[in-house]
Amino acid sequence: MHQFLQQIFSGLAAGSIYASLALALVMIYRATDLVNFAQGEMAMFSTYIAWTLVNAGLPFWLAFLITLAASFLGGMIIERVVIRPVENAPVLAAVVVTIGLLLIFNSVAGWIYSYTVQDFPSPFPDRPVFGALMTTRDLGVIGVTLLMLVLLFAFFRYTPIGLAMRAAAQNPASARLCGIRVGRMLAIGWGLAAMIGATAGVMVAPVLFLDPNMMGGVLIYAFAGALLGGITSPIGAVVGGLIVGVTENLVGTYLIASQLKLTVAFALIILVLVFRPNGLFGTAIVRRV
Amino acid sequence: MEKRIAAPEILAATPAAATTANGWRWIGIVAIVAIAVALPFALSKYHVFELTMVMIYAIAVLGLNILTGYNGQISLGHGGFFAAGAYTAAILMHRYGVPYWLTLPPAALIGFALGVLFGLPALRFEGPYLALVTLAMALATPQLLKYFDTWTGGQQGINLVKPMPPPGLGIDRDRWLYFIALIVLLLAIRIAANILHGRTGRAFVAIRDHPIAAAAMGIDTAKYKTLAFGTSTLFTAVAGALAAIVIGYVSPEGYSLFLSISFLVGSAVGGIATIGGAIVGGFFIQFVPNLANDISDAAPWAIYGLAMLLFMYTMPHGVVGTLWPWLIRFFAARKTVAPIAVRRSDGA
Repeated sequence: MHQFLQQIFSGLAAGSIYASLALALVMIYRATDLVNFAQGEMAMFSTYIAWTLVNAGLPFWLAFLITLAASFLGGMIIERVVIRPVENAPVLAAVVVTIGLLLIFNSVAGWIYSYTVQDFPSPFPDRPVFGALMTTRDLGVIGVTLLMLVLLFAFFRYTPIGLAMRAAAQNPASARLCGIRVGRMLAIGWGLAAMIGATAGVMVAPVLFLDPNMMGGVLIYAFAGALLGGITSPIGAVVGGLIVGVTENLVGTYLIASQLKLTVAFALIILVLVFRPNGLFGTAIVRRV
Repeated sequence: MEKRIAAPEILAATPAAATTANGWRWIGIVAIVAIAVALPFALSKYHVFELTMVMIYAIAVLGLNILTGYNGQISLGHGGFFAAGAYTAAILMHRYGVPYWLTLPPAALIGFALGVLFGLPALRFEGPYLALVTLAMALATPQLLKYFDTWTGGQQGINLVKPMPPPGLGIDRDRWLYFIALIVLLLAIRIAANILHGRTGRAFVAIRDHPIAAAAMGIDTAKYKTLAFGTSTLFTAVAGALAAIVIGYVSPEGYSLFLSISFLVGSAVGGIATIGGAIVGGFFIQFVPNLANDISDAAPWAIYGLAMLLFMYTMPHGVVGTLWPWLIRFFAARKTVAPIAVRRSDGA
C-alpha cells in the first residue's frame, strides 16, 4: 500500500509536467486549430537558456524569471515570423512547419550546447516528507505547476487582455469587429504557451537531465494528456496530464517490464478514447450542413 | 472555422482540349518511363541504389496520400505498416526460404488486413485524435519488434541474402532491384489512379470534403473510410517489403517514429492529394537529409527543417499540388476559352 501511494505521488509529479506542456498545446490548439509539435523543443531551448544563466552565476529564481521573459518574447517572435505565413495554408502545411521547427530547435541546441547530457540544478531539496510518501522535490514541482495554473486562470478570467484573448480564440471575426487585435492576441498566446513550456522544462530538467532530446518523450505524453482530457479543454489538459503521469508510473511498476511501458500506457489511453472520442472534458465538434 | 486539406481539382476542359491534354499526358508518361528505364545504365551502382529507395519511398508516400490527401485521415504511424511489410518479407525469406518476389503478395495482404483492423477504431477519431492513435502505433512499433524477438530477431534484426538477377539478363543485382522497384511503382501508380479517379476515389474525396453530405448521398462512410485505410496501408506495406529486399536487412531501429514523420513530410512536400507528388516526396525523403548534411554537418537537421519550412511557405499545397494546376492552365488556356470543369456523370 505504501509503495502504491508512493508511485501515485511520483506519478503526480511527473504528471504535473505533462499537464503544463499539455496546457501549452491546448492554448495553441484553441487559438489556431494547430497542434504545435515544436512545443517540447521550444521548452528544451528555454531550459538551456536557464542553464546558461545559472551557470553564469545568477541565483536560480532570477534566472528562472529571465528565462520566462525570454521564452515569452521568443514565442511571440516565432508566431509572427514562422507561423503567420502558413496561417491560411492547409492544416498539414502548418503541421509540417511545426515539425520543421522541432528539427531546427533540436539541431541548433545540439550545435550550440552539444548533445552531452548536463546536470541541471534543482531549486528544491530532495528530502522525503509525509512519512516518505513523496519528496520535497516532487512537492515543489507540483506546487509550482499549481501556482502557474492559478495565475493563468486568473489572467484569463479577470484581466482585459485575457478576455480579449478568449474572444479572439473563440470567434476571430467578431473579435476583430470589436476592435481586438486578433493577430497580436495570437502572438501573446504563443508567448504564454512558450512560457508555460519553459516552466515545464525547468521543472523536469533536474529529473531527466538536460540534453537536446530531453523533451521528446515529455511532449508525447503531454500530447496524450491533452487529448485524453479533450484538446479543447484547459482543465481537461491538466487532468489528462496528471492521469497520464500516474498511469505511466503504475503500468511501469506493476503491469509489465519497462520494455513495453509506453505501448501499454498508450493502449490504455486509446481504449479510453474509444469510449470518449472527444476526450474526458472535450466537447464534440458540431458541424453545420 | 474549419480548415480543409485543399486538393487541386482535375480540370477536364472541353472534349477537344481534353483530348489534346490527354495526348500531352501520354507523351509525358512515355518520356518519363523511357528515362527511368535508361537511367540506371548511366549511373553508378550507388546512385542506382539511391533511386531504388526513392521509388520505394514514393510507393509508401503514395499509400499515405490515398489516406491523408484523398480521404482526409491523418496518419503519423505509416512507418509501422512499412515495418509490417518489411518484416513479413524478411521472416518469409529467412525462416521459410520463400523466394523474394513471392513475399510481396503476402506483405500486401498483411498490410491491407492490418490497415482495415486499424481503420475500424480509427473511424471514431478525427484530426488530432487520429494523429495521437497513429502516433502511438509509430511509437509502439520498435518496442513490439524488440519484444517478439523469437520472430523478429529482436534488437539484432534479420540479415537477408540479397536476391540475384536471373542469369542471362546481363545486368547486376542493384540494377535488377531497380527495375523490380520501377515495375512495382508503375503498377502502384496505375492501380492508385484507377481507384482514385473512379467511383471509389470520388467517395473518398466526398467523405473528406463533407462527411455529412457524403453520407446523405448514400455513401457508406464507415466502409469507405476503412477501405481507404486498408488500401493505403497495402501500398505502404508493399513498399516496406521491397525496402527489406533491397537493403537486405531489417532491424527495429529502422522503423522509428522518425520514419513515419518522414512519410508525412514527403507527402506534404510533394502534394498530399496528388499521385505524382508521391515521387517528389520520395526524392525529398531520400536526398534532402544527405544534402543537408553536405551543407552543414554541425546542424544538418536544422537545414532539413529549414527546407521543410521553405517548401511549405512557397508551395503550401506541395510541389505537384501547386505546380500542376498552373501547368494545366498553361496548356489549356491556349486551346479553349472556357476551362470549366466538366464531370462525367457516372456513379457518385
